[in-house]
Amino acid sequence: MAFLELEGLRKSYGGHEVLKGIDLSVERHEVICLIGASGSGKSTLLRCVNALESIDAGTVRLDGEVVSGAGVDVNLLRKDIGMVFQSYNLFPHMSVLDNITLAPVRLGGLPREQARARALELLRRVGLEERADAYPDRLSGGQQQRVAIVRTLAMGPRVLLLDEITSALDPELVAEVLGIVRDLAAEGLTMLLATHEMGFAREVASRVCFLHQGCLLEEGPPEQIFTEPHEERTRMFLKSIIEAGRL
Amino acid sequence: MTAQQTLLGGASAAPERAQPVPAPARGFAAAGMTGAALATAATWAVAADLVGAATAGPWRWALGAVAVAGALAVLAVFRPAWDAWRASRACAAALEETDVVAARRLAARVRESAWTALGAALAVLCALGAIVFVLANDAAVQKTFLDGALMWASFPDIARAFATNLVIAVVAQALVLVWALVLALARLAPGRAGRPIRRLATFYIDAVRAVPAIIVIYLIGFGLPLAEVPLLSGLNQTWYAILALTVVYGAYVAEVFRAGIESIHPSQIAASRSLGFSYLATMRHVVVPQATRRVIPPLLNDFISLQKDTALVNVIGSIDAFNQAKILAANNFNLSSVTVVAVLFILITIPQARLVDRLLTRERST
Repeated sequence: MAFLELEGLRKSYGGHEVLKGIDLSVERHEVICLIGASGSGKSTLLRCVNALESIDAGTVRLDGEVVSGAGVDVNLLRKDIGMVFQSYNLFPHMSVLDNITLAPVRLGGLPREQARARALELLRRVGLEERADAYPDRLSGGQQQRVAIVRTLAMGPRVLLLDEITSALDPELVAEVLGIVRDLAAEGLTMLLATHEMGFAREVASRVCFLHQGCLLEEGPPEQIFTEPHEERTRMFLKSIIEAGRL
Repeated sequence: MTAQQTLLGGASAAPERAQPVPAPARGFAAAGMTGAALATAATWAVAADLVGAATAGPWRWALGAVAVAGALAVLAVFRPAWDAWRASRACAAALEETDVVAARRLAARVRESAWTALGAALAVLCALGAIVFVLANDAAVQKTFLDGALMWASFPDIARAFATNLVIAVVAQALVLVWALVLALARLAPGRAGRPIRRLATFYIDAVRAVPAIIVIYLIGFGLPLAEVPLLSGLNQTWYAILALTVVYGAYVAEVFRAGIESIHPSQIAASRSLGFSYLATMRHVVVPQATRRVIPPLLNDFISLQKDTALVNVIGSIDAFNQAKILAANNFNLSSVTVVAVLFILITIPQARLVDRLLTRERST
């Protein structure tokens, strides 16, 4: 049985069905890249996995245990499944260090000093140790996103969901964020990422999934998806990406 | 390629627009001069009146000095008026030499200076109107509202009573902060389980805001002692006032808090929830701290209203500044003591109003 399993996931907003029965299994240490046009359901899929959105039908299993539906302690689940957002969403009223230590201290029961030491260690790894006392509005977008990743990592998640984490960044800041994701992939963290960075997806993904209008249309190893996609839709999507000069 | 095919839609083919030839704006200059002359004449008339009305003694000298200073100060209105006049003549000269650019610049200066003179003249005339009103009917207004001797004599008693207003205001403000936050959170209680609490809080806020504050004060101040509720009925008048104002302003400030909480972007809540925080923990650590910062200016506005409404407590007989002033006013058949109360409220309120403005400016700049 796979580590993270999605089975027949359905989600509608009003009358509009955003996810039309998604099946996906993710093995431990796999990096899955979700690609597809805006509105294809990438973000919604990620938000459903850690229960930020309730799902209408289907199940999510983590390590064999059903973690969707009624009666599941979502607060507990979210300690296992971390999420990083497109717009960073750092808490503006707290310093970088407080952003990172808030959850470990309040939820993880870690002593403040220990949480501090661990946060500083993580910040050193992303090259932001000296900005520990800065407030988010003093950081560049790339720095904020690196802090947001560290904030999520500080809870020691078993799966990391990354929702278009470079889409809000200026082009010259994308690399510093992707570098961290690359390191995490090399260390074997299981990740699900929605992205428009095709080159990066091709490099880092174990598998690439193409979503189209709420359906998982095609999945496969990156080389296959990017060079000889089976589906016409995938081909058209990749063609438009190439025309925009993004691959 | 024809014009329709470009993205600009052929905008480059638009006809050239020419600036009109300026006029020397003599009318403006004349109006500025007239305004200055009018303001000066009126000021001198009132100044003469003021000196004539004053009784003998040092008071007369002081008034005389003020009158002379005013009569001289009003001459400043002639400065922009004279500037407009000169610019108008220079403009005419420039036009004669067909220097259109210089003429345009001078014409603009005429208008600017003339408007400055007219604005100053209007302000002077308004101020004179107020002085004339005070001096009307042989200075009856001044004697009724601004009797210097009586104001001086009643000041100590009123200032002492004003301390009661301040105590009521400060304690009520502290209680309102807590109560309003509870109400706001209750009004936003999530889900089906939160619905009864939500409805109850909404009803409280709607109902209390519908009832005039003076009625709530009356009901609590006279009702609680009559009802002989244990604990609550033994309080003194000041506490009833504090209680009533907390009930009333809790509802207003709850709406301020609610607006602040709702203004926090949902992505902040998503981030906090995704870390594993519960709804209440998210409110406590993420939403409310940010919301509170955001609502400080409107919060202070409500607090200023609360301070002023401390004067309403005189209906239940607490000896606050207003009640004390009314006693003095009745004894002397003169309202100058009430003016003292008004002045005290102005003195504590204006600095806070300015503070709110500064906070708002700072908020907009960040």
